[in-house]
Amino acid sequence: MNEYYFRTEDLAVGYNGQTLIHDIAISIKAGEILTLIGPNGSGKSTILKSITKHLSTIRGDSFIADASVSAMSYKELSRKLAVVLTERIRGELLTCYDVVATGRYPYTSTLGLLSKEDREKVYRAMERVHARELAEKDFAAISDGQRQRILLARAICQEPEIIVLDEPTSFLDIRHKLELLSILRSMAKEKGITVIMSLHEIDLAQKISDKILCVRGETIEHFGTPDEIFCEEIINGLYGIENGSYNITFGSVELPRPKGTPKTFVISGCGSGIDVFRRLQKEDIPFYAGILYENDVDYQVARHLASEVFAEEPFAPISDAVYEKALAAMKQCENVILAKVPIREQNRRIKDLIDTARSIGLLKEGGDTELLSGV
Amino acid sequence: MAKRDNLSGKPIRYLAVFIGLGAALILLTIWSINSGSVKISVADITRIILTGEGDEAQVNIVMKLRLPRILAAVLLGGGLALSGFLMQTFFGNPIAGPFVLGISSGSKLFVALTMIIALRFVSYVSSFMMILAAFAGALIAMGFVLLAARAIRQMSMLLVAGIMISYICSAITEFLITFAKDSDIVNLHSWSQGSFSGTKWADVRVFAIVILASFVFVFLLSKPISAYQMGESYAQSMGVNVKRFRVLLILLSSLIAGCVTAFAGPISFVGIAVPHLIKMLLKTAKPILVIPASFLGGGVFCLFCDYVARTAFAPVELSISTVTALFGAPVVIFMLISRHRARE
Repeated sequence: MNEYYFRTEDLAVGYNGQTLIHDIAISIKAGEILTLIGPNGSGKSTILKSITKHLSTIRGDSFIADASVSAMSYKELSRKLAVVLTERIRGELLTCYDVVATGRYPYTSTLGLLSKEDREKVYRAMERVHARELAEKDFAAISDGQRQRILLARAICQEPEIIVLDEPTSFLDIRHKLELLSILRSMAKEKGITVIMSLHEIDLAQKISDKILCVRGETIEHFGTPDEIFCEEIINGLYGIENGSYNITFGSVELPRPKGTPKTFVISGCGSGIDVFRRLQKEDIPFYAGILYENDVDYQVARHLASEVFAEEPFAPISDAVYEKALAAMKQCENVILAKVPIREQNRRIKDLIDTARSIGLLKEGGDTELLSGV
Repeated sequence: MAKRDNLSGKPIRYLAVFIGLGAALILLTIWSINSGSVKISVADITRIILTGEGDEAQVNIVMKLRLPRILAAVLLGGGLALSGFLMQTFFGNPIAGPFVLGISSGSKLFVALTMIIALRFVSYVSSFMMILAAFAGALIAMGFVLLAARAIRQMSMLLVAGIMISYICSAITEFLITFAKDSDIVNLHSWSQGSFSGTKWADVRVFAIVILASFVFVFLLSKPISAYQMGESYAQSMGVNVKRFRVLLILLSSLIAGCVTAFAGPISFVGIAVPHLIKMLLKTAKPILVIPASFLGGGVFCLFCDYVARTAFAPVELSISTVTALFGAPVVIFMLISRHRARE
């Protein structure tokens, strides 16, 4: 018995005999969540469809608990693997209960009649996704968020060991995204159900996944834990982000920094600069930021938005080198914006910077300086 | 949870629909046997059917003319509705059916061809040969429809392709009939317009077996059909071998449509209108209910239409398609409009 519950071996996928992506090697343990990320059209769905046997593989195979998926009959597979697809459900005159009940299909008799036990499982699955009250509603008339939950309930009541979901959070608002993902999370941890899905929201992918597969180009770019995958080079490279950037620490995206020679200098600290940076970015005004400690939240944003950040190592007194550089840059500017900044022993040279700015008439005095009074 | 034991259905409604259809079938049967140019009392008819005794002319009318014709209308009508339902399932399109897709016309062409050739060379056509020819014609027409469906993914274009195939087949059939020997024409012409008249017991035996066996088989496929209604991908994830199932659907729907055409000619709109009406009555599309109800409903609908065709302008008889179109087409138009509204 392999230690991995699900794995692929030398898998190559594509359409009509044309290879799209090859050498896909995935290995995950039972109860783990694997998320496929990558730009649109990179082949995430193609990989998922090949795993679920909706698409025949070009080469290689997938294995569920060491059993070859391609050798498995559809019936066998349906008892192990359930899906939530992007494809719309086509049926007519279906209630939500009916849709969820189709998950019992692999277990019912020749005519497909549900036993009492089956019906209870249908209700339990609906309760699991907090959709019990939708049972009698027309499936065609519910919202996108409700529909995804019903489809998930359908997959749950199929009692699979592994669930494959293709972009389950598309079209959902943030509340429903979080709700859906937390249901998946607890299913994986409590019931040991393995989850394979594709997500567009890389910030959520980072937080929910045990393993990440980066899909782009002909081979798999990266496969590993979120810690390994989520660094700026990999993410910016994966999505080819040039206009803007992805902030790993915050899991958020920033628009591109303003171009040109900065004529503005922002002095801030402890988060007071973020609003100023963003406003300048929106106005398309290039700026310098400093002097910031590298563990300051302002630093994380300034790094992506400022033309240059003058930064000092955490907890160290501001060094001459950094101070001189910042001072020189400030003297080139036409104005200095001062946001709230607490000044203490270690960073007292910021006060020198402010004093210089004031003496040469660059400082906009609109800024909050009460905090300075104690120094 | 104990509020209602079977939330998945509305058993009273379902029961009412089946009882209603059954009652309609019985009443229409009695009514149909009882009407015609020769009046026979109900008591006489009952005696004739049960014992086979009575006035010889009356026995002939009831046993050789009216009864086989009624059985043809009921069984072949049911078959049409069934075949329509299968095609709608296959294409995921509510207006697919053996007539609009040109399947009936394909069968018609092949049956006409077989009859003309057979009458010329062996002067004898067996029911079996007719079914075989009709089945072959249905499959070939279906093949063209599938080719068109593969090339154009739009559902409306599929129907246009079907209608074109239908016109081509009809044109060739008319051409053949024009140049056929005079003695054949009379038969061929009325048949090619669609009619239940002239059904013989020998025919009844053959199509009863084919249609009833197909019905049982289709009914046993309720479960995979219900999965397939959700869409191919979902059906497969439920464990259905979709490729094999699609072939099965094509073969069954073509066999049934072919069999009906072989004996009654092409009949319009039953295949679309009846399953739709049944779904509206049942308020569900579950195959396990829709299949038997459509079969019954198709029988009732055709029996009623045949009655109208026979009696409305007696002694002149209308072709059955004239009447089914009159009652069926408005249903289809209504369905299209209400679906369009629902989408907006």
